[in-house]
Amino acid sequence: MAMLQESEPLEGTLLPEPFIVSKVRRETRDTFTLEMEPLNGGEKHFTPGQFNMIYVYGVGEVPISISGDPVEPSILKHTVRAVGTVTRAITSVKRGGMLGVRGPFGSGWPLKEAEGYDVVVVAGGLGLAPLRPAILHLLRNRERYGRVAILYGARTPMDMLYKKELERWRARFDIDLDVTVDHATGGWKGNVGVVTTLIPGLKIDVPNTVALVCGPEIMMRFTVRELNKLGIPDERIYISMERNMKCAVGFCGHCQFGPQFICRDGPVFRYDVIRPFFQVREV
Amino acid sequence: MSVQSMEDIIREHSFFKGLQERYVKLLAGCASNVRFNAGEYIFKEGGRADKFYLIKSGKVSIEIYSPERGSIIIQTLGEGDVLGWSWLYPPYRWHFDARALELTRAIALDAECLRRKCEEDKEFGYELLKRFSQIIIQRLQSARLQLLDVYGHASRE
Ligand SMILES: Cc1cc2nc3c(=O)[nH]c(=O)nc-3n(C[C@H](O)[C@H](O)[C@H](O)COP(=O)(O)OP(=O)(O)OC[C@H]3O[C@@H](n4cnc5c(N)ncnc54)[C@H](O)[C@@H]3O)c2cc1C
Repeated sequence: MAMLQESEPLEGTLLPEPFIVSKVRRETRDTFTLEMEPLNGGEKHFTPGQFNMIYVYGVGEVPISISGDPVEPSILKHTVRAVGTVTRAITSVKRGGMLGVRGPFGSGWPLKEAEGYDVVVVAGGLGLAPLRPAILHLLRNRERYGRVAILYGARTPMDMLYKKELERWRARFDIDLDVTVDHATGGWKGNVGVVTTLIPGLKIDVPNTVALVCGPEIMMRFTVRELNKLGIPDERIYISMERNMKCAVGFCGHCQFGPQFICRDGPVFRYDVIRPFFQVREV
Repeated sequence: MSVQSMEDIIREHSFFKGLQERYVKLLAGCASNVRFNAGEYIFKEGGRADKFYLIKSGKVSIEIYSPERGSIIIQTLGEGDVLGWSWLYPPYRWHFDARALELTRAIALDAECLRRKCEEDKEFGYELLKRFSQIIIQRLQSARLQLLDVYGHASRE
């Protein structure tokens, strides 16, 4: 079990740090991106893939992935879907409101290890949020990677996150971005079908490809199968597990997943490591 | 620039990967090049399913029309995909509409010609059915995933 080092500061790890919400952008019907700045100044450095515990004073605390740009540590960004008590409270906070933040916690995407490889990013729904910092890193350091392909699936065109940014990414000549939705009417000119249907068409060098996958678990299971079919082994597939957790520092065991704690060892896991536990129904 | 023969195109299409040479020749005998402009219907629900298509480039939507909701896109297909299997099973009628979303080039395979050849050469028929059943399974699986609404959130249902 992970032990806190005695020298670790409590604020930010066990005690929430106060942050002021500086901007709120509506992404979809129920999902918002919040920009926050530390009340006491300073920066929050993080690795793409990591998450923070976001605390709403008097309501509760939940893990939320960091969706901001890793080279802009002075602005903390989180994309939150309102699903229950705490997330609804977070998304109701207006500009100038205050939230508590503990973190960052957890493992990140293997961006260093993926250097020299082709990189396939597969995101489903809200799963694009924790992948956004990784994508920004890939784009900023484009020359360090082979081909970069991003596949994004959403329920409908209205449910897509970061629409303007997706358009900008699509316009780039040095990456392949393909978006697909489950349902669309006549006005939609893009793909229709689940995101797994885009995998066979990937133009990549399969033996030299690393895949980063995030989305609902069913989508990740089917994505892994399809990537395997293409010839990408589990050892080069990374997924982010977003099952629920409480303490975020490996104390409480709430997020224990076999021998792994999602908060401490994850949320990003290499698929061959997490595979035996991936289909466990309860944690 | 060298012009590819019909046999080359069929041989290189992922759907026919590894197909025996004599079958490639059989298929080429039933094939023709076609193109559809953006917005053009390739076939419509209820029409005679007398062809199937290997998409070379472009994008095609499979749609179903409802008077209340207009055309609903069920799926899109692109380069390397196969369009249409209603030609395989009686009553040989299309179940959906197919429309080119952008300029689309394809190889059309004549269904009657192929059905005849399948009857004459059962091994060829079996080979073709094996390949089509793979596509049908894939489409069934993705339709199930679409129905599951995998990106939704449990609490919303
Ligand atoms: C590492 C990690 C990163 C995450 N990143 C994000 C993010 O970037 N943006 C975001 O909006 N959410 C993210 N989540 C999910 C978020 O933490 C939950 O939605 C939140 O805890 C729900 O709390 P609540 O009080 O709003 O809802 P509750 O009232 O606790 O629950 C409402 C409903 O949501 C379900 N639920 C709760 N937590 C989860 C979960 N983790 N996965 C699936 N269903 C759940 C419950 O079963 C219930 O049906 C992340 C979770 C983890 C573990």
